[in-house]
Amino acid sequence: MPSIAINHVSKQFNKVHALEDVTLQFEEGKIYGLLGRNGAGKSTLLNLISNRLFPTAGEITINGRPACENDQAQRLVYLMSEKTFYPETMRVKEVFDWTGRFYKGFDKNEAIRLAHEFKLDITKKVKGLSTGYSSIYKLITALCVDVPYLFLDEPVLGLDANHRDMFYKLLLESYAARPRTIVISTHLIEEISGIIEEIVIIKEGRVIKAQNCEELLSQGYCVSGKASDVDAYVQGKEVIGIDALGGLKTAYVMGQCDKSALDANLEVSKMDLQKLFIQLTNS
Amino acid sequence: MNLDYQSEKPIYLQIAQEIEDAVFTGAFLEETQIPSTTELSMALKINPATVLKGMNLLVEEGILYKRRGLGMFVCQGAAKKVKQKRQNEFYQNYVENLLQEAKKLHLKKEELIALIERGYDDAVHCD
Repeated sequence: MPSIAINHVSKQFNKVHALEDVTLQFEEGKIYGLLGRNGAGKSTLLNLISNRLFPTAGEITINGRPACENDQAQRLVYLMSEKTFYPETMRVKEVFDWTGRFYKGFDKNEAIRLAHEFKLDITKKVKGLSTGYSSIYKLITALCVDVPYLFLDEPVLGLDANHRDMFYKLLLESYAARPRTIVISTHLIEEISGIIEEIVIIKEGRVIKAQNCEELLSQGYCVSGKASDVDAYVQGKEVIGIDALGGLKTAYVMGQCDKSALDANLEVSKMDLQKLFIQLTNS
Repeated sequence: MNLDYQSEKPIYLQIAQEIEDAVFTGAFLEETQIPSTTELSMALKINPATVLKGMNLLVEEGILYKRRGLGMFVCQGAAKKVKQKRQNEFYQNYVENLLQEAKKLHLKKEELIALIERGYDDAVHCD
């Protein structure tokens, strides 16, 4: 099956180990969430895939072709990131023109239509745009490029709630029309938890989870109640975190919940993605 | 349609349940087309694979059927089927929870029955 394969990749900046021995696959046609705290190595990973950086060790292949300095492989990938490599004095419509020259399948008409929908003035210079609109013009460009692997690094940076809502709908519409691999790196976990199918969590340069999102969520649960009851219940179980509030306690537990062994005074709830993420990446 | 991310119920089951509700209340009529996977996915901001998983569950249960190239339709007799199913699940979904809470509150069987009777009478008066 076609995929992006990352094999034992490490990246070092001087003495800093940004990524260590990362092995991972991005399969075709799925939406991934790439999560990690600030400085975890998410952007480094995306920059390695798109050939903006070179790995210190290991190899990345895109549909079997080496990613490094390889046009045949890189034409399958598009990365939207904070950095833009077009001159800042360019106007939005010129960015659309040039993207069309670099990427054959770029749908310029659609880009113009979307710009209109987001009320983005395409005659404006890129450097004159607000943080929100700077994200918007990059998003529109990214979604109109026709590649099988699309990477969005912090796509909703600076977007207001209405524009974020528009973006998520647009993303799903675009995905339905042209199913492809979309990898979203974001800190707004709750907002994308329903959208992503697969999840990758990076902590301090290492992948700590890479699996189906629903599956991951079904592996954990929260138990809350009186502190002493909770303590008694979690004996011998894998607890990944605890919240205490006065005499009340919530324990975050991995594993399946055996309801029959549960005290009637304890409440069980689902572990949502954000809670799970915080517990897994704390400390 | 409303999804509850805090609920223990997986999202695809919630979607199935919401569609079922709409069939039951007549919002989705028998032999008519329901919104497409893409429409639901966009409206709820949910991965289309999750929506499809929920829909397929209802196909298996004979509540929805697929028309090739067109989309999903509500089966003939689906509303009746949903009602039957919900009656069957009533004990598990409501009675068990009721008993559990009653136990926490140290309510006796007679007191609980009295409460149900009171609720029943109130509801009848409201009708």
